[in-house]
Amino acid sequence: MRLLAKLRLSRRTYAQTKAMWGFIYVLPWLIGFIFFFFVPLISSLRFSLSKVEANSGGIIVNFIGFKNYAEALTVHTSFNRILTESITNMVVNVPLIVIFSLFLAVLLNQKFIGRTLARAIFFLPVILASGVIMALDSTSLVQAVNDSNAGGPVVGGLSSFELSMMMEDAGVSESVINYLTGAVDRIYQIVSQSGVQILIFLAGIQTISPQLYEASKMEGATGYEAFWKITLPMVSPLILVNVVYTIIDSFSRNAMTDLIKETGFTTFNFGLSSAMAWIYFLAVSLILLISSYLISRKVFYYD
Amino acid sequence: MVARLLSLQSWKRGLWSLLRLGLIVGLSFVIIYPILQKIATAIKDKTDLYSPIVIWVPEHFTWDNFRQAIRIMDYWTTLGNTFTLSAMTTVLTAISCAFAGYGFARLKFKGSNLLFAGVILTILVPPTTILIPVYLNLKDLNLLNTQWPFILTSLTANSMKAGLYIFIFRQFFRGIPKEVEEAAYIDGAGVSKTFGRIMLPNALPAIVTVLLFAFVWQWNDSFYTTTYLTTSKVMSIQLSSLPYNLGIMLSDGVSSRADPFYQSMVLDTGMLLAIVPLILIYIFVQRYFVESVERTGIVG
Repeated sequence: MRLLAKLRLSRRTYAQTKAMWGFIYVLPWLIGFIFFFFVPLISSLRFSLSKVEANSGGIIVNFIGFKNYAEALTVHTSFNRILTESITNMVVNVPLIVIFSLFLAVLLNQKFIGRTLARAIFFLPVILASGVIMALDSTSLVQAVNDSNAGGPVVGGLSSFELSMMMEDAGVSESVINYLTGAVDRIYQIVSQSGVQILIFLAGIQTISPQLYEASKMEGATGYEAFWKITLPMVSPLILVNVVYTIIDSFSRNAMTDLIKETGFTTFNFGLSSAMAWIYFLAVSLILLISSYLISRKVFYYD
Repeated sequence: MVARLLSLQSWKRGLWSLLRLGLIVGLSFVIIYPILQKIATAIKDKTDLYSPIVIWVPEHFTWDNFRQAIRIMDYWTTLGNTFTLSAMTTVLTAISCAFAGYGFARLKFKGSNLLFAGVILTILVPPTTILIPVYLNLKDLNLLNTQWPFILTSLTANSMKAGLYIFIFRQFFRGIPKEVEEAAYIDGAGVSKTFGRIMLPNALPAIVTVLLFAFVWQWNDSFYTTTYLTTSKVMSIQLSSLPYNLGIMLSDGVSSRADPFYQSMVLDTGMLLAIVPLILIYIFVQRYFVESVERTGIVG
C-alpha cells in the first residue's frame, strides 16, 4: 500500500513511468512463468531425485538421490537405445534440414513465374506436418499398399542406388554416400520439417541490401561467387537460429517424448520419468551448447 | 563474338531456369503427394483397395469413407470443440505475448534482460520435462478435463511455444523506429495508448504470423490435449483414437478382427477431414502470411 501511495505522490519521471508499464506488461507472463514453468521445473528436478508414490491422499515424495538416473541408464530396457536414437537422428537431420532450407530459400527468392504459388506450397508443411497428423501419417497402410501397387514408392523412387554407385566410382567415402543417399530417401521428412526454416532464411535473404549484389556484379562476380561471399555470410546468424529451432522442433515428435510420457502416465513412475526427462534435457542442451559454440565462431555479424 | 558470348550466357540462364523449374516442381510434388493420395484413397470404394488396376482414379466412386469417418469422429461436434479451443487459446496467447513482447522490447526496467533470459529458457526446455508437475498441480486444483489449463496458460503467455511468439513480437517491435513512438508520446499519448493505437497496428504482420502459428499448432497438438483433456472431443484425440473406435464398430467389440487396410483407409479420410479446415484457412491468409513473414523480423 505504501508503495502505491508513494508512486502516486511523487511525480515519476518519464523513464520511471515506462519502466513501471514495462513491468506491468510483462507481469502476466511472469506469473505464468513462475507457476507454469519455474516451479514445475524445480519440482521436476526434485521428483527426479526422489521416489514418488501417488495414492488417494496425494503424492508422497521420498528423497533417494540419483537412483532414478541410475535406473534409467542401467536398468530400463529401452531408454538408452531410444536416447541414442533420438540424439543421432537430431545430429543427422539438423545439418540436412538447415542446408536444404537455405538452398530452397535462395531458390524461392529468385524471380520466376509462379513464385507465389511455389512459396505457398513450400510453407504448407508448416501447417500439415505438425502434431498428430505427422505421427499418423507414417503409419498409413493404404499409402504403403499404393506405393507397392504403383511399382515402388513414388516419393524417394528416384532410386538412390545409381547415385550411390556413381559416387562410389568417384571415390567418395562410404559414410558420406550413405548419409547423402539416406537424405534422398527421406526427402519427404526433410521437406516437411523445413517449412519454418525456409521462412526464416527467406526473410533474412530479403534484408540483404541489393547494393552488395550490384557492386559484386560490377566487379564481375558470378551468381555462385555472390552466394558464397555475400548471401552465406549475411545469413550466417540465422543459421544459428535455424539450428536451434530445428533442435527444439524435434522435441515434439520423437520417441523420447513418447517414452517419457508413457513412463509418467501409464506406469505412473513419476520419479523415473522425470529423471529421463532431465537426462534428455541435459543431452539436448549439451548439443545446443556445442553447436552454438561451433557456429558462432564462424558467424559474421554486420555491425 | 559478343553475340556468341551472349548466347552462351542465355543458354546458361535457360538451363538454370529449367533446372530450377524441375527442382521446384519435383519438391512441390513431394509435398502435395500425400494430400493427393489421401484424397484418392478417401473417394475409393473398399473393393478398389485390392484391385490392382486402381491406383489414383477409383473404379467405384463413393462417399462412404467420409460418412464413416464423420460418424465415428463425431466430426461436427469435434470440429466445433476444436475450433473453439484453438481460437480461444490463439487469441489469448497472441494478446498476452504481444504485451510481453512489447514490454521486453521497448519498456526496459531493472532485470528485464534477466527475465527475457527466462523466456529463452522456456523455449529451450523440452515440454516433457515439466509436464508431470504441471499435470499434478492441475489435478490438485481439479482443473483437468476442463478448458482452464489452456485458458490459464495462454492468458499468462505460457502456452505451447509461447516463448517463440514472445520472441517474434519482441524482435518485431524492436524493428519499428523509435521516432514513431516518441511522436506519440510528445502528442500526449500514454504508454498503453501508444501501444494500442500506434504499435499494434504497425505490428500486423507479426500478429498474423503468431495467430496462424498458434492456431495451427494448437489444432494439431496431441501432446497437451491428450494430457489435459482426456475425455473431450477434440480433433487430435479423435484422430488418434479413430482406428480403435472404428475397429470396435466394425467387428462388434473386438478391435483386432477388423480389416486393417479398411481401417487405414478410413483413417486417411479422417485425417483429410481434420486438415481441410486448416487448408481452407491457409488459402485465405496464405498470401498475407507469405508476404508478412518476410517483414516479421524473426531475423533479429
